[in-house]
Amino acid sequence: MKQEETHDKGRRDFLKTAAVATVAATACGSLACSCSSKKAPAGDKVKLLSPDGEIVEIDSAYLNHQEHMAIISKLEAREGIAGKKFVMVVDLARCKNARKCITACQKWHYRPEETEWLTVKLIKDSEKAAPYWFPKQCFHCDNPPCVKVCPVDATYKRQDGLVLIDNDRCIGCKFCMAACPYSTRVFNWDEPEVPFDIKDLAYNPETGIPAKVGTVEKCDFCPDRAREGLLPPCVESCPNGVFYFGDENEDTVTNGEETISFTQLIKDRAGYRYMEELGTKPRVYYLPPKDRQFPVERGYEDLEPEIKDRFKDIMEPEKKKS
Amino acid sequence: MELNSYQQQAFDYQRPNIEKFSKRNWFWIIFYLLWIIAGGYALYLQIAKGHGVTGMRDNVVWGLFIVNFIFFIGLSYAGAIIAGLLHLFKVPWGKPIVRIAQMMTIISVIVGPVFILLCVGRFDRLHHLFFYPRIQSPMTWDVMAVLTFFVGAVLFFYMAIIKDLAVYRDANLKIPKWRQKIYNILALGYRGAASQKRHLLISQNLLALIMIPLSIIVASILSWIFGMTLRPGWHSTIFGPYFVVGALYSGCGVLIVAMWVYRRMYKLDKYFTDKHFVYLGYIMLALAAGYGYFTFSEYFTHWFGSEKWDSELIHKLFSPGEYGWWTLFANLFGILLPILIVAIPATRKVNLITAAAFIMVIAMWIKRYLIIVPTLETTLLPMQDTRTEYVKYAATWPEWVLTGAGIATFFLFFTLVSKYVTVVPVSGLEEAEPHFTHHPHHQPAPKKEEVNPA
Repeated sequence: MKQEETHDKGRRDFLKTAAVATVAATACGSLACSCSSKKAPAGDKVKLLSPDGEIVEIDSAYLNHQEHMAIISKLEAREGIAGKKFVMVVDLARCKNARKCITACQKWHYRPEETEWLTVKLIKDSEKAAPYWFPKQCFHCDNPPCVKVCPVDATYKRQDGLVLIDNDRCIGCKFCMAACPYSTRVFNWDEPEVPFDIKDLAYNPETGIPAKVGTVEKCDFCPDRAREGLLPPCVESCPNGVFYFGDENEDTVTNGEETISFTQLIKDRAGYRYMEELGTKPRVYYLPPKDRQFPVERGYEDLEPEIKDRFKDIMEPEKKKS
Repeated sequence: MELNSYQQQAFDYQRPNIEKFSKRNWFWIIFYLLWIIAGGYALYLQIAKGHGVTGMRDNVVWGLFIVNFIFFIGLSYAGAIIAGLLHLFKVPWGKPIVRIAQMMTIISVIVGPVFILLCVGRFDRLHHLFFYPRIQSPMTWDVMAVLTFFVGAVLFFYMAIIKDLAVYRDANLKIPKWRQKIYNILALGYRGAASQKRHLLISQNLLALIMIPLSIIVASILSWIFGMTLRPGWHSTIFGPYFVVGALYSGCGVLIVAMWVYRRMYKLDKYFTDKHFVYLGYIMLALAAGYGYFTFSEYFTHWFGSEKWDSELIHKLFSPGEYGWWTLFANLFGILLPILIVAIPATRKVNLITAAAFIMVIAMWIKRYLIIVPTLETTLLPMQDTRTEYVKYAATWPEWVLTGAGIATFFLFFTLVSKYVTVVPVSGLEEAEPHFTHHPHHQPAPKKEEVNPA
């Protein structure tokens, strides 16, 4: 590695070469090289593979932890985490459209503001029914219509229940988007603005970054975080504990504050899956908005006008008529 | 290659058409090329800037391009079925028009797939379709189907022109040496020997037998790209036959229009007689009735059953504020008009039939648009999006220009092919044509046009 060239750059700036990812994948777990001159050399050298295919030796002190590092191979990213069956429970009674989940998700995945992997809809099931806030990620269906139609195996179902997309494989035919009845998937219509610090990160379906033009992407349940024992940012960031994330095999879900039995929660609160009649068998369960903690208006009043517009039809139907 | 006197006459008549390009030909060729160049620029923009230059967005992920794909590839299937049936059943009046049907097949199977490629976000990864094929995807079925069909169509066309190529080879045409050479090579040494005739006929019979069911299969597979999804209006069991009949129907219309244009362009009234228009008109009428029946079944069951999303879609299709006028146009001019024009003896005239066919073809294009776009605009969850381009599809100019370029390519190929092979197959005119034109039952009355089929 050309140390002179990279010496002066900040550590974040350097991290990004593909080699680092290779290194991490082959040798050191979630470690990466950072050639910050502030650190004192530890003395023991680590052999690394450079982008040019050369073996170079670097002092172990210059390796540091990096988020979003592709710590696993593409093959592992296709197989999934053994023994797990990820599941999510969304408590509709607690959601007040605080939208912290969206911000956190977009920040974690470096998404531009307008493309939401996670959206909050305002659902009003029928004319007289009461509207409620409805956060919606990818449902990671057990019978996924998107996976069935992918012609190149770019989107796939893993043993841990996740449906992921390999953006190196995707040809951008958008068939999966037409097939998904929940309109979960988004497309990179234009060259995505990729922040400099992740620009050269090795792509892995588990991290989903950096985004690529002409390919499809969607919520991935953050398996890279799950591998490290962390909850997805949407779960962590929710001020009201709306999202419970966990493992069906362990029969445990947690919203970060309380950890409870998945089956018990579903049983006690009459959990259900959205649009069960489609036969897609989602891995996301909803708890009905009974005994709500917030009136629905709480999530509407203080919204930015642009976002407020989305829900005007339901919240202010009389305005629409005039 | 020896020709009988009638064939010789047909060949001599068409000889100038394949010997030189007229000024008019050049004018149109340049006109088409200009469109294609404009399309090239639009394509460049789409590749350089991404699909954002189109009107397609996350909800309406497919637009004009897929409409054009369905439209053109449908013509191709129709051409193969029509040519195959005319060949297999040795329809005597079919001989002169088989070539146009075959031209339509091969030209549309080239133009059509270009449009599906335009829908693909990553041109550079098309090889993934072959490196990592996934057999359960209807898209993979379609790739295999279209490629198989393409090979079949090329062979079918080639088999059908071998005899004529031998005629051109032996005719001392005033053409450049390279063309002479090409005719010489492509004619494969055909001299009209008994064994050659037999082999060729068997090959053609077999290909016709393959191409007819193949066309039905590939048209159905195309429909299943939509039918296999859980979207309102698409997820329908009749989509396969619906697309087959739709393809045949619009193909029949294009055949009539092409016949009319060639008849005028090359003065082929003797070969494309009024009877041809009337007979094809009858076929068009039958197909219109079939297509109308399918359309009615679709709309009626959706409306009567009135499931949530079906109702929403039907509402979109029929309310004047949305697609109501287009639906009315597509069904009035796409189904009712051709039926009436052909059914009423007073309007059963060449020009009127052709005009009806032309309007019907446009209406059928719109009908495809109505199959694709309104369904994609009917999402199961509320969109709740404030970006208008995400809610409602509106084609952008690059899409229109590329559509124009596709149509120009279609016309360009029709012009070019007619300069290298005769539009009326000369060696194919054996017996049939004289028999047809001189048949006592078909002797037209001097003024009143003959309309009753034998």
